[in-house]
Amino acid sequence: MNDVAVLGAGMHPWGKWGRSFVEYGTAAARAALADAGIGWQDVRSVVGADTVRGGYPGYVAGATFARALGWQGARVTSVYAACASGAQAIDTARAQILAGMAEVVLVVGADSAPKGFFAPAGGDRPDDPDWLRFRLLGATNPAYFGLYARRRMALHGDTTDDFAQVKVKNAAAGALNPYARYRTAVSARQVASSPVVADPLRLLDICATSDGGAALVLSSMAYARRHGAGVPVRIRAVSTVTPTYPRTVLDLPDIATDSAVAVDPPALGFGESIARAAYEEAGLGPDDLSLAEVYDLSTALELQWYEDLGLCGPGEGAKLLREGATALGGRIPVNASGGLASFGEAVPAQAVAQVCELTWQLRGTAGERQVAGARAGMTANQGLFGHGSAVVAVR
Amino acid sequence: MTRVRRPVVAGWFTEGDGDREFRLLGTRCGACTAVFFPREDSFCRNPGCTGGELAEVPLSKRGRVWSYTAGRYRPPAPYASDPDTEWEPYTLVAVELEAERMVVLGQAVPGVTVEDLSVGAEVEVVPGILSEDADTAWTTWHWRPVEVDR
Ligand SMILES: [Zn+2]
Repeated sequence: MNDVAVLGAGMHPWGKWGRSFVEYGTAAARAALADAGIGWQDVRSVVGADTVRGGYPGYVAGATFARALGWQGARVTSVYAACASGAQAIDTARAQILAGMAEVVLVVGADSAPKGFFAPAGGDRPDDPDWLRFRLLGATNPAYFGLYARRRMALHGDTTDDFAQVKVKNAAAGALNPYARYRTAVSARQVASSPVVADPLRLLDICATSDGGAALVLSSMAYARRHGAGVPVRIRAVSTVTPTYPRTVLDLPDIATDSAVAVDPPALGFGESIARAAYEEAGLGPDDLSLAEVYDLSTALELQWYEDLGLCGPGEGAKLLREGATALGGRIPVNASGGLASFGEAVPAQAVAQVCELTWQLRGTAGERQVAGARAGMTANQGLFGHGSAVVAVR
Repeated sequence: MTRVRRPVVAGWFTEGDGDREFRLLGTRCGACTAVFFPREDSFCRNPGCTGGELAEVPLSKRGRVWSYTAGRYRPPAPYASDPDTEWEPYTLVAVELEAERMVVLGQAVPGVTVEDLSVGAEVEVVPGILSEDADTAWTTWHWRPVEVDR
């Protein structure tokens, strides 16, 4: 097994604090180091997941965090893959550990989010699909979420109440999480009376953008043993796959899909292929999971992830939700952390935060939102332009 | 004052006023027949193709609604919209083209709302105006329900 140990996990609470991402990332890093019982001076490599804000991509994040913690000569890496940046950072750290390049690696992601819709980088850039979809169509991220949601309603019979129930479920879990930004219960009626943003989705169906920071201290299994870490949570798989041509589901920021004229569509869609790669590397299947943390940018997208992770059959996401299987106390809790619904997205921190939640759940230290007897968990998300992201952790 | 009509992006659709002739323009690979929209002029993206000549090809005029939504809030720049005017929601339609086996997104013609649409309904591409400034009318493509046309 190519396992690496999770020695420490730490977060700065999500919110709209209006401070620098450096502060959130540094706080999360110090928390993760304290959790690991490791001094910063012992870290031999730091990997930063970049924000696109704050001038240079997060001042080119890795070095900015290393400087804030105090220069001590560690190897540095900075990665950017939009929403998948955190998974790429974890994957980079893991590769360095497994290659023997570093025994202890600090992974940090943090963001200071602007108000309102995410917008593309500035300037006149007609060759950039992300710029074009705003310029030509005004197609915001929620517009794509609205398209998926409407498509599910037509194809699978999902209802807007099903979508609202995802928010109700995640808000109930988030209310138990001290790191979540929104910590109050939400009713289906509140969702239904919130304003429509991108038909059929309403404001409370769509995740906010937040400030936040998350960090992990990863090490080799040998180091963890020497360090006396007992039975640490282990990262068993990281999936960072790209899609397979032709990609026939419209995905942001694209204005059109690939054409399936020359080549038939692949058997697995992108989301399914992200999960498949993680399962194959981990030697696990959906039935082995105790919990999953998925990217609920919208309520309807969470249902899609159920299907992509194989927690139910195609089109059965809403049924699984209605059965209560994915709520705390259910057969396979999804987003026990409260998910993006309770956090809001802090882009480069989010995929790291997902693994923090798995770590606490697998240790059995998740408090009131603890999934009983958690043994294995998966995180899943995808980054703009085709960056797959999934992590399997076990204990 | 007459504004000059200019395509908001060059080479993506035919120019001229006729609704009936108006088409989106993609490219087709001469080696593997793959179609690309937005047009791909420098390389074929089929991983099994070593690359052929990419020739311009008009896309089907009609297709069926894959999905649709409405933007109830003003999008950020670079979408052209005067923040001092009241925001007029617009409808976005993703349309499945049978011959090309692909889905193409576009705005619906002004006035078409989500109430006028359903998944699977037939729509056709027509010329439209995205925005106007002092001396230019920026042209684009719009999807229009075929029924409304009768
Ligand atoms: Zn080709």
